[in-house]
Amino acid sequence: MTDWPQIRPAGLDGLLVSFGDRLSEPANRAALAFRAAVEGSGWPAVQECSTSLVSTYLRFDPLAETPQALHDDVQTLLTSRNWYDAALPDGRRLWRIPTVYGTEMAPQLDEAAQEAGLSARDAIEHLSQTRVRVQTIGFAPGQPYLGELPEAWNIPRQTALTDSVPVGALTVAIRQLVLFSVSTPTGWRHVGQTAMRLFRPESDTPFILRPGDEVLFPQVTPEELENMRTDADGGARAEVLE
Amino acid sequence: MSRTLTIHQAGPGVTVQDMGRPGYLSLGLSRGGAADTRALAEGAALLRQSPDCAVLEMTGMGGTFEVDHDTRIALTGAPMQTAIDGDPIAWNASHLLPAGARLTIGAARAGVYGYLHLGGGIDTDPILGARSVHLAAGLGARVAAGDVLPLGDDSGAETGLALPPDDRFAGGTVRVVPSLQTGLFAQSEIDRFEDTEFHRDNRGNRMGVRVVPPGEGFAPEGGRSVLSEIIVPGDIQITGDGTPFVLLAECQTTGGYPRIGAVLPCDLPRVAQAAAGAQLRFRFVSAEEGLAALRREAESRKGLAKAAHPLVRDPATIRDLLSYQLISGVTNGQP
Repeated sequence: MTDWPQIRPAGLDGLLVSFGDRLSEPANRAALAFRAAVEGSGWPAVQECSTSLVSTYLRFDPLAETPQALHDDVQTLLTSRNWYDAALPDGRRLWRIPTVYGTEMAPQLDEAAQEAGLSARDAIEHLSQTRVRVQTIGFAPGQPYLGELPEAWNIPRQTALTDSVPVGALTVAIRQLVLFSVSTPTGWRHVGQTAMRLFRPESDTPFILRPGDEVLFPQVTPEELENMRTDADGGARAEVLE
Repeated sequence: MSRTLTIHQAGPGVTVQDMGRPGYLSLGLSRGGAADTRALAEGAALLRQSPDCAVLEMTGMGGTFEVDHDTRIALTGAPMQTAIDGDPIAWNASHLLPAGARLTIGAARAGVYGYLHLGGGIDTDPILGARSVHLAAGLGARVAAGDVLPLGDDSGAETGLALPPDDRFAGGTVRVVPSLQTGLFAQSEIDRFEDTEFHRDNRGNRMGVRVVPPGEGFAPEGGRSVLSEIIVPGDIQITGDGTPFVLLAECQTTGGYPRIGAVLPCDLPRVAQAAAGAQLRFRFVSAEEGLAALRREAESRKGLAKAAHPLVRDPATIRDLLSYQLISGVTNGQP
């Protein structure tokens, strides 16, 4: 890890601190912990912080502090400890989100199973019993990237986009799951359908999942899922992880 | 008494916008807000009010509007043919819109996004701290015929001010600085990128615009794939077929295409306002030059209030004079 972490400019008003060039659990934890540390530092020029899979992003006012000065502050904080052995964020939860696999509700299960070299039954067993973690929230509001699935699921995204997947679609590629918070075109394969709304702008808690949360997607029948649609959380339940 | 704006007719891309909703990047929600933030500053200067007031952003064309109380308005951004009860009025200026009169705003004569500002601002309920509609996130919706929007209290009274026209509505050269993956591109590829005259594709919206080179596209060395990373407005992604895509206010928050550079925030309105077919060029500048440009823009925005000057001296002749100016192109309102 000698080349990492790296600080790179992201335009004139952004810095990106990356803890690796591929997804790994230590790099993911480092990014989350470093973001918390930056926010705790209360640097006045920093206007917003975020994390992606393995990086922390800082947006700042370059007229209040020069990029070089902020770079130096970041460098100092970066060398103050080993971020790769940071703990996961506090207050993490385990979610169980009921999911229909396959059927016309999630039409690409068979295709994805084939890509992974699995029978449909084995694919459902993997997907419904693997406990995955929210690695980052991104692309669309409240939308999680979850991982990591067994190696068999290191399957590429489709080259052609699916025109649209519905809200609550569970999709798969590159050993990750994405649970869609909006209806959008995507290259990820649609293998499951949930009744979960991850972005609720009208609610007191508009964003449901947080990085570090863990998720299971237990299998239910289409009829069971329909009955859960009246539930605010689409039948999902959370418990606090100790 | 609360005042309202009634929409009798609206073009296909009319939305309530403001300076956006910063602070939710880590939750997957991009800032959004007006595509041309300089136009918000101009309207605020013309009405002597806060640039945080919500406005109507009109994509390509406006609509037909009416207020139920005399209301101050200002028009900025892409110039559009505009009239009150059929009498043409000047763009880049403030006016009094009488109660019951019909304000008609037609198609853009240049640029993409025109703005209708109202004294006191549009007073729809804020969601997550802002009134701006974020179509990609499903926050709010486009304005449609029959909608009635509440207006805030207006403490001002001045109208008949104008600002000199700006040249940001016809493409041109925008300044860029290196971004995350600029180093993945060979210098020869970057040189070619700078030498290329792109045209703005038909495909473009508040999320971003595609810019098409006349020849072949661009590619990082060895066609390296990159990990999905944070994306912000101004980033220039090189998509799978080698065509650059410049991200705007309502972009997604992460993206997996390599970025060749980032447009300076002060030059982003020029990209947003480039209509389909307009020519665009990109020029790399040093961080120092970029910072100097940002500083100049900040000072220029601060100076707008002072730059706003009376259109004419005799209010009784305002409309006729304004229509004359609109057609002749005579500027600065000096008869």
